[in-house]
Amino acid sequence: MAENVFSWLDERLGLKAIYDTILDRKVPKVNWWFTLGSASLFLGIMQGITGMLLSVYYVPTPDHAYDSITFIMTGVQFGWLIRGIHHWGASLLILTAFIHMLRVFFYGAYKYPREFTWITGVGLLISALGMGFTGYLLPWNQRSYWATTVGSEIAGTVPWVGDFILRTLRGGTNLSALTLSRFFSLHIWIFPAIILATVGTHLYLVIRLGISHIPDKDS
Amino acid sequence: MPSKYRSPVMDRRSFVKIVTASLGSMMAAIVGLPVIQYFISPALGKTGSDDWISLGSLDNFPFDLPTLFNFNITQVNGWERSSMSYGAFVLRKEGQDPIVFSDVCTHLSCRVNWDEENKEFHCPCHNAFFDANGEVVSGPPPRPLDQYEIRLDGDQLFIHLTEG
Repeated sequence: MAENVFSWLDERLGLKAIYDTILDRKVPKVNWWFTLGSASLFLGIMQGITGMLLSVYYVPTPDHAYDSITFIMTGVQFGWLIRGIHHWGASLLILTAFIHMLRVFFYGAYKYPREFTWITGVGLLISALGMGFTGYLLPWNQRSYWATTVGSEIAGTVPWVGDFILRTLRGGTNLSALTLSRFFSLHIWIFPAIILATVGTHLYLVIRLGISHIPDKDS
Repeated sequence: MPSKYRSPVMDRRSFVKIVTASLGSMMAAIVGLPVIQYFISPALGKTGSDDWISLGSLDNFPFDLPTLFNFNITQVNGWERSSMSYGAFVLRKEGQDPIVFSDVCTHLSCRVNWDEENKEFHCPCHNAFFDANGEVVSGPPPRPLDQYEIRLDGDQLFIHLTEG
């Protein structure tokens, strides 16, 4: 039965071909450092799932943001778990992505023909940092408020356009309801959209070009 | 691989597949089962009330005229404290205990109004009519208007509000 359903679907969707291309592709002999991209992908998916769940109860307004998070932590069953995974997963994702970048750099895996894979990777790391920066404000507690004050102030020190950047980040001169709602929008819509598209390109290139072997004496 | 290291039961590939599938399902269950609770736990929590509400002196309510009494109850829903408004129609008749109707239509919970000209309760949502005793005259409601349990303390009228 299951076999029949599978072959019916496979005939129409080409599932076997997708499986062979993605999971049974040829790879050189590699080591554990080569698992960090997949680890980052897994953590990214977890962030997406737990983030969607948090949005069930979270509201991005100054009068309720903090209360809604308190409610998630104490009033909803397993709210602490969902938020905990999102909180710690965020830090872990930055860590795995960063070490992934170091691996690619030290093994010289960014070289021809994989320069564009590297460029999309840089985009992803910057977007992940953007997610971290915008997500940090959302609990609207003292720490996030002042972290964003300082962060946007740093952006404000850019010569000539600094003041413009600071105002654009904050949605005005001061940190306000406008800052919270635009950070929320960036955090759940704009960065995720960018990341989704860039991860797609990144993975397509990894599969299309294959991964490079560990450099030996000849290379 | 030398044959003495080779398992007679399965090859490396199927072993890795089985381990990956079981670890994956375990992780999915660890996250997935709490998610169900996460979604439904606010639906299971009791937010209801069980109070006797004072409607004041009976003298405030004229005979043979259903008179609306509005009151508010504060409830905490999640992170928000909100005021829920309730309405009760008090109907007094000479020599009888007063009857107190809920103003919530028994069809789909819109609020009914008293139409003095036709001596009927009217629900504007789906054109339902109830007579002065709360019985359905016409329209979709499945049962008469609900009545509150009452208590008289001298001339003070109380109704029993139970919810949830």
